[in-house]
Amino acid sequence: MTVSYNDFVIRFANVNGSGSASANGMFAKALFRMGVPVATRNIFPSNIQGLPTWFEVRVSEKGYLGRREGVDIMVAMNAETYAEDVASLKPGGFLVYDNSKPLAESLRRSDIHEIGIPLSSLLLPEFSDIKQRGLFKNVTYLGALAALLNIEFEVITGMVATQYKGKDALIQPNINALEIGRRYAEEYLQCPLPLQVKRTDQIGDRIMIDGNTAGALGALYGGATVCAWYPITPSTSVAEAFEKYANQLRIDKDSGERKFAIVQAEDELAAIGIVIGAAWNGARSFTATSGPGISLMSEFLGLAYFAEIPAVIFDVQRSGPSTGMPTRTQQSDLLSAAYASHGDTKHVLLLPATPRECFDFGADALDLADRLQTPVLVMSDLELGMNDNLSAPLTWDDDRQYDRGKVLDAKTLDELPRFGRYLDVDGDGIGYRTYPGTHPEKGAFFTRGTSRDEYAAYTESPEVYERNMERLTRKWETAAQLVPSAEIETSGQRAGILFYGTTALPMAEALDMLGEEGIHLDTIRVRAFPFGKEVYEFIASHDLIFVVEQNRDAQMKMLLTTEGGLDPARLISILYFGGLSISADTIQAQVSEYCTENKLPRLTEVKS
Amino acid sequence: MTFVAKPKVHHPKLPLNEIGLTRRDYEGPVSTLCAGCGHDSVSAAIIAACAELSLPPHRFAKVSGIGCSSKTPSYFLSKSHGFNSVHGRMPSVATGANLANRDLYCIGVSGDGDSASIGLGQFAHIVRRRINMLYIVDNNGTYGLTKGQFSATNDKGSTSKKGAPNLYEPIDLVSMALQIGASFVGRSFSGDKKQLVPLIKAALMHKGFAFLDVISPCVAFNNHNGSTKSYDYVRDHSGSVVVTDYHLPHEEITADYAPGTTEDVQMPDGSTLRLSKLDDSFDPHDRVSALTYVQRRQAEGEVVTGLLYVDPEASDCHEVMGTVKRPLNEFEAAELCPGNDVLAGINESFR
Repeated sequence: MTVSYNDFVIRFANVNGSGSASANGMFAKALFRMGVPVATRNIFPSNIQGLPTWFEVRVSEKGYLGRREGVDIMVAMNAETYAEDVASLKPGGFLVYDNSKPLAESLRRSDIHEIGIPLSSLLLPEFSDIKQRGLFKNVTYLGALAALLNIEFEVITGMVATQYKGKDALIQPNINALEIGRRYAEEYLQCPLPLQVKRTDQIGDRIMIDGNTAGALGALYGGATVCAWYPITPSTSVAEAFEKYANQLRIDKDSGERKFAIVQAEDELAAIGIVIGAAWNGARSFTATSGPGISLMSEFLGLAYFAEIPAVIFDVQRSGPSTGMPTRTQQSDLLSAAYASHGDTKHVLLLPATPRECFDFGADALDLADRLQTPVLVMSDLELGMNDNLSAPLTWDDDRQYDRGKVLDAKTLDELPRFGRYLDVDGDGIGYRTYPGTHPEKGAFFTRGTSRDEYAAYTESPEVYERNMERLTRKWETAAQLVPSAEIETSGQRAGILFYGTTALPMAEALDMLGEEGIHLDTIRVRAFPFGKEVYEFIASHDLIFVVEQNRDAQMKMLLTTEGGLDPARLISILYFGGLSISADTIQAQVSEYCTENKLPRLTEVKS
Repeated sequence: MTFVAKPKVHHPKLPLNEIGLTRRDYEGPVSTLCAGCGHDSVSAAIIAACAELSLPPHRFAKVSGIGCSSKTPSYFLSKSHGFNSVHGRMPSVATGANLANRDLYCIGVSGDGDSASIGLGQFAHIVRRRINMLYIVDNNGTYGLTKGQFSATNDKGSTSKKGAPNLYEPIDLVSMALQIGASFVGRSFSGDKKQLVPLIKAALMHKGFAFLDVISPCVAFNNHNGSTKSYDYVRDHSGSVVVTDYHLPHEEITADYAPGTTEDVQMPDGSTLRLSKLDDSFDPHDRVSALTYVQRRQAEGEVVTGLLYVDPEASDCHEVMGTVKRPLNEFEAAELCPGNDVLAGINESFR
């Protein structure tokens, strides 16, 4: 049997609340520390204890970070899901299970390798407490996997020491449990397997971080001082991470007082109201939510659009509706976020694909919201937000100043003959604002949605209303020039593929797979809405564009066709909406099938 | 609707306050509410209170929800910023505004529809959060802007203009505020300027959440014989518990008091709040007895007015959270951003 290195998918099937997350996390981190690219995916239920949960690790020397169909190694620790776990293994795959009790005959497959480890029996004499036995079972299979896959044992034991620093009494029992697993594997099993891990240097300076933490750090570095939020999976950890780091990094040295305020609001309506109230009064503020929260915030988002108040919203998307699958990922809030609210409203969306972009866009969103005086939504998703992803390290330019946009201070007001809050002085559709309390005589105005003129005086005149709406359209055009532009890679192909957010993760692998079939595509990763002109130019310069996204209704395609007046027939949707992240195989299969069904020549020719 | 600008000329004999301003400097443009609307009297009382306290007229954040009441912040303190926000959501906007700049006086004006129905949840939670502000409800028991539907504060059995009785129990915001922990709770009547102005002054000087429920009859839809929020009904059925006057620290005012005992309460800024008890059994420092008293009198059909509860030692949300003394909206990048070296350390923790 030929040996392959650093190229497999391993899935751990556990019961949630059984302490498996920490052992599984250590497994992934150990490979990362050996220089091997890994991507982790936690597939978990909306539940605290007792339901099935899976942890998947994609190991790829080539650096493919997206999901790939099929499991090579299944660590089956949940009797309840045995049948489906065994079935999900690829032929030739390895099933690691606790053979303290024999595997039921009906579950056996002749085309896979069974690796039985009597975990329960091994731990019975070691730990008298049944709860401890359960917890250490996870660590024991980790020790066995180290031997089976050739993971450097010192890397794992080093991690145990770091993880339990301060709780030193736990270190030795954990290491003992690891040793029990390792010794058993070495003595009784064929070690190592033909699927192995080997130290390499494919990580570089990258870090392993979840997008929510990175986004929270972006908000912190970007100068947010007010955070208001309401708990909702998968966005909760944005606010929690902000609080954790703010408590470390935003404490006034002399007084010990906090240079930030966090409110866990009574609901999402209040959360966005607090954000808008704070921004109206000149503080940078943000909230984090998911789809149901966007629905509840919609009225306020519309007001902020018309009243021209900055706001930053992290929307960590999940599948709908409220009582849907809150712990599964999707890109299905795109339309509801882009057009949230009643009346003619449009909102700026930023579409991060990596934790590094969550950080950058988190900070950029605060600048953009102030510059454009409007809500900006950072559209992450559960896949990016809650899983540890490989990412370029976070960096900050120490010379960077916050762009607070057009704000007049008392001195400027003094020099101004007459202040008009909604006057388009510069022709970019953006007026000058003042913070409350700035000047004893000048600059105060009454904030309303519309029904006011350029000087914020009350009017319901149709002409004034239309003039205001046209100015907001000019502002929208300004926004298209300020948001992050799309990332484009062209090699003169006749067809292109357009994607955004986490759909980028499996794209490199999918493109390689398609390339092997003679299908070559130019690529564009859209990073914001409104779309810059480079997006329309890319589409116009190709005969056909595949639009890949993780929702049923082709929401990105709708945005493109609506906003760009494009012919929908030229945009071919590649869709996945099952709630796991889209896999390279799904993209490859759908693109390939389209090409075959439409008898398209394999697009191997390069335009001269 | 017409918009009439008031002439800017002051009467030469208008008295100046401590900071050299007249009452006119605290006014706003002419109200567009109905002639005789109780809400305009509340606005006038706010103007009088702010002028008498000599507060800088541009250092306020005025916030409101939606409804007739919520239009009123436009009609007072025109040198300050105002925000006519979303129906029932003024409390969240006020919370954000106060978090951003704790140095501004925050006045929230709401109505009974805005606070007792659509915004009841936000009302309850802003009380809990102890935002340092004056929260006024112009309470007329009806939806004025949508032409006369019952509101949730309307008394059971009270009739609409067309004579239909209200079938449901009323929500008493004063009792709610007392129960949830407001540190200053009062009730007054828009037609009783003598009581209302001192109450507003005391509420503005109170550190913490100050709630005033002001019965404010709707002349268009709720000022008829069957209504329990009409001018006549409230005049006939109100029972005042405490007369309040507010004394600046340096100036002894000998006002025209109703007979009874007085009690001085030291305010956080060193000033004194003088309470005059009409009823010896009433203690405005006892939350539980205040609640009992209001409910008992309500059961007898009486509307208790006056200062019902005050905790002069109260804290506000900034104290609870431990935020810096300087307004958060003044901080610059150099003071907020930890810098790249710290970030390098954070990166290291993710390797």
